[in-house]
Amino acid sequence: MAGMFDLAAFKRIISAAALAGMLAGLLLTAVQQIQVSQLILKAETYEDAASTAAVSQSAHAYSSAENMHHEQDAWQPATGVERTLFTALANISLGVGFGLLLGATICLRGEAGGWRSGLLWGLAGYMVFFVAPSLGLPPEVPGAEAAPLVDRQLWWLMTVIMTAGGLSFLIFARTGKVKILGAVMLGIPHLIGVPQPQVHASTAPVELVHAFIYATAIANAVFWLAFGGLMGFFYKKFA
Amino acid sequence: MPSTPGLLDSVDSQPRSATWKDKILPVMLAASLGLILLYGAVFAETAALHNAAHDARHSAGFPCH
Repeated sequence: MAGMFDLAAFKRIISAAALAGMLAGLLLTAVQQIQVSQLILKAETYEDAASTAAVSQSAHAYSSAENMHHEQDAWQPATGVERTLFTALANISLGVGFGLLLGATICLRGEAGGWRSGLLWGLAGYMVFFVAPSLGLPPEVPGAEAAPLVDRQLWWLMTVIMTAGGLSFLIFARTGKVKILGAVMLGIPHLIGVPQPQVHASTAPVELVHAFIYATAIANAVFWLAFGGLMGFFYKKFA
Repeated sequence: MPSTPGLLDSVDSQPRSATWKDKILPVMLAASLGLILLYGAVFAETAALHNAAHDARHSAGFPCH
């Protein structure tokens, strides 16, 4: 019967995820303004310059440049406040989405919550969703040559699943054999290898490419720790 | 007809269905909602969604373009 459905447990997850996701998403947006957003805008000036050069070179180059930038024909937020607002909205969606997953996990494990254990969950989330995929596919500024999108998305997804499974076996398993299996799972995506582009190239200078990796590593660490702590805090509070 | 006591006993099935509805169902519902949100923010390739979430995707290191 529908009456048997534990609405309180559901509401608890939703409320904690909504609050923690919103606050952490807003914090991430603020942190991104320090470096990440500037680096993206700077990389886009190189990208635009390169595609303008390609356009003036020949008709053939024009059509390939056209293909590369097909998404610019569609609607896009105007650079400035509008663009930042949509980035904030996307960051909040990410935060709430991750919050629902983490809340479900905490509930399933029957944990009480609290910001301390939340911080550890945040650290795990940073490893699973940022560090492990970045080892193969470092965060890229616009204008980088990359392997086909679907291949990279599949590798990303496999890495996230393997890292999440591997870490939980390593941490929660009671027998040594399962812990070893967990360690092996962590390595598998990196042994399989990342889908590679035909040529490694970027319209942005290499310093900018490196600066972006550092900037995103810091911004995402701040996001995940704040998000984990908040999630644990609100999950306990809404008990 | 040999009966199989235990498996289909109402005594046995009640706590089982209670666990299912109390725990698994809310957890699965919340997790599914989370996956839908994440899919929209991260993977959906609709031009408008892509452009709106563009900077967030690059910043989080998700495959973009």
